[in-house]
Amino acid sequence: MKMSYREAVRQAMHEALVADPRVFLMGEDVGKYGGAYACSKGFLEEFGPERIRDAPLSELGFVGAGIGAALGGLRPIVEVMTVNFSLLALDQIVNTAAALRHMSGGQFSVPLVLRMATGAGRQLAAQHSHSLENWYAHIPGIKVLAPATIIDARGMLGPALADPDPVVIFEHAQLYNMEGDLPDDWRCDIATAAVRREGTDVSLITYGGSLPKVLAAAEQLAAEGIAAEVIDLRVLRPLDSETIAASLRRTHKAVVVDEGWKSGSLAAEVMARIVEQCFFELDAPVARVCSEEVPIPYAKHMEEAALPQVPKIVASVKQVTGK
Amino acid sequence: MNPVPYDKDFAQKLLFDMLRIRRMEEKCAELYGAQKIRGFLHLYIGEEACAAGALHALAPEDNIVATYREHGHALLRGVTMNAIMAEMFGKQSGCSRGRGGSMHLFDAATRFYGGNAIVGGGLPLAAGFGLADKLQKRQAVTAVFFGEGAMAEGAFHESMNLAALWRLPVLFCCENNLYAMGTALARSEAQTDLCAKAASYAVPTLKTDGMDVVAVHEAAKLAVAHVRDGLGPFFLELQTYRFRAHSMFDPELYRDKTEVEEWKTRGPLHTFSARLKAEGKLTEEEFLALDARANAEVQAAVDFAEAAEWEPAEDLLRDVVTPA
Ligand SMILES: Cc1ncc(C[n+]2csc(CCOP(=O)(O)OP(=O)(O)O)c2C)c(N)n1
Ligand SMILES: [Mg+2]
Repeated sequence: MKMSYREAVRQAMHEALVADPRVFLMGEDVGKYGGAYACSKGFLEEFGPERIRDAPLSELGFVGAGIGAALGGLRPIVEVMTVNFSLLALDQIVNTAAALRHMSGGQFSVPLVLRMATGAGRQLAAQHSHSLENWYAHIPGIKVLAPATIIDARGMLGPALADPDPVVIFEHAQLYNMEGDLPDDWRCDIATAAVRREGTDVSLITYGGSLPKVLAAAEQLAAEGIAAEVIDLRVLRPLDSETIAASLRRTHKAVVVDEGWKSGSLAAEVMARIVEQCFFELDAPVARVCSEEVPIPYAKHMEEAALPQVPKIVASVKQVTGK
Repeated sequence: MNPVPYDKDFAQKLLFDMLRIRRMEEKCAELYGAQKIRGFLHLYIGEEACAAGALHALAPEDNIVATYREHGHALLRGVTMNAIMAEMFGKQSGCSRGRGGSMHLFDAATRFYGGNAIVGGGLPLAAGFGLADKLQKRQAVTAVFFGEGAMAEGAFHESMNLAALWRLPVLFCCENNLYAMGTALARSEAQTDLCAKAASYAVPTLKTDGMDVVAVHEAAKLAVAHVRDGLGPFFLELQTYRFRAHSMFDPELYRDKTEVEEWKTRGPLHTFSARLKAEGKLTEEEFLALDARANAEVQAAVDFAEAAEWEPAEDLLRDVVTPA
């Protein structure tokens, strides 16, 4: 069935709300407004204000309340409008949600799902364009997901809600309007990376909003005789190192593409693992295409220059493959 | 209604400034449709009396901190319409070099400190400006504008307490337009009396009609005098309404068309101009002349922005840190 990424997210939440009375949705403008990205349109009418809970502009408060509600036996889906605003809730996520199980000696798990939009590309400037997935992927105690396909948008929420620990789901804002086919069998795991395209010359490793760019680059490279394999990390924590290593054993070369800033990026972590685990498989230095180290500028041409783009990916691959 | 307590010149100045904001923003909406302006664009249409009344109570040495709905504040503070329009176009001659856009207007010369798109983000900053002025024994006031939605953020409460505790010269200007995006005040605050909330920090408060530029200006003068006299912060609630969507896209499922229409009858421009006409402080010809001047300023700004240069992409990495 053809549908948008937004619709896939909506259906996933709908299914969860129907299936489990403990599930409820909470966040800014999720109810009456229908969700900042319209992912919960019609939910308030269908499920009522107890379960579709509009929250005030109190990110620290309602994310923390989500943690408490999860401890109290509910299965909250807390929507933070965007990752930019999740910074106001970072304390509760890092110091409470992620640490609670460990610091209580294993007594308390926090079955919380946090969803948030992420990423740049819409000329929203420095405070509305962050890609901070990597900050979250740094924290032990939480799982971090980055659905980049219709199937993952539809399928990742179920296992995330079933997970006994906090799960953070990043939905890249540029993906909501993406259309694609949802097959009948859309169920998926939240543990493994996926090979989105097979190839033998180079591994392109990416996640989230960069996946469509990387696939476009692979297509272009194919036309020029370079067979790129595309790995979609899907799960940013814990990283599926084995899928990456298996790909490297086939291609012996890698380019990592990440919308985060280069220094301390997730790309850096992936590269480090490649070096740790596949050093003797490598035929060339591992390369990366990240965002330039500048807050995201407003002007269109400057924003484009700051972000990973298809031509930069293609150029990097050519350098790595020497073709 | 009491007579307008200003001479003809000042009364017309207030009207003209509101008109400048209105005409500029109407043009912005049009340019957004033409994709000349991109990103988010939060219009102030309907709320102009707040900026006009408040900014005319401030002095050049004062600091202004605003939100993403700040075009009017920037303009009346003295940022040129050319620089504002060029910024919205993303051009190099914009007041933030095209790096900020609509939500991030900045101007050091007029002490206009943004342009903050994180709700509540400007409030702690304002306390800091107040601290700097107090410690350096300057008589300046910092006016911080924010929506009623921001009052649910910890940043509001922490900043109010700091300002009150340290008796900082900060004027808190809450523009209560009843909605935070699609969330009505009563659906986000247990205590909807905003002055009562602010008063809990032992800060004096005043609630005023934000659709009436005279009411706003009188309240602001009083509040500014209190702050400038070193008596500590003051909280001003300006009761207003935005006539347009929250940003450019917004299905407005959260409010009734009739409610919007009712508020429009209280629109700050037509009510004030009618009042001035009734008092013999404005003729229709004068109104048309003011309007024509505002429109000419807008057209000149658009022409300026169109003709302005794009920043070269090679400059991408400049202004991240201060050059040595
Ligand atoms: C911390 C934070 N959370 C959420 C948002 C998204 N957002 C932008 S404006 C807004 C509503 C703010 O309402 P209010 O403070 O009343 O100001 P108004 O827009 O009405 O002028 C929201 C939810 C944001 N920019 N920052
Ligand atoms: Mg508001």
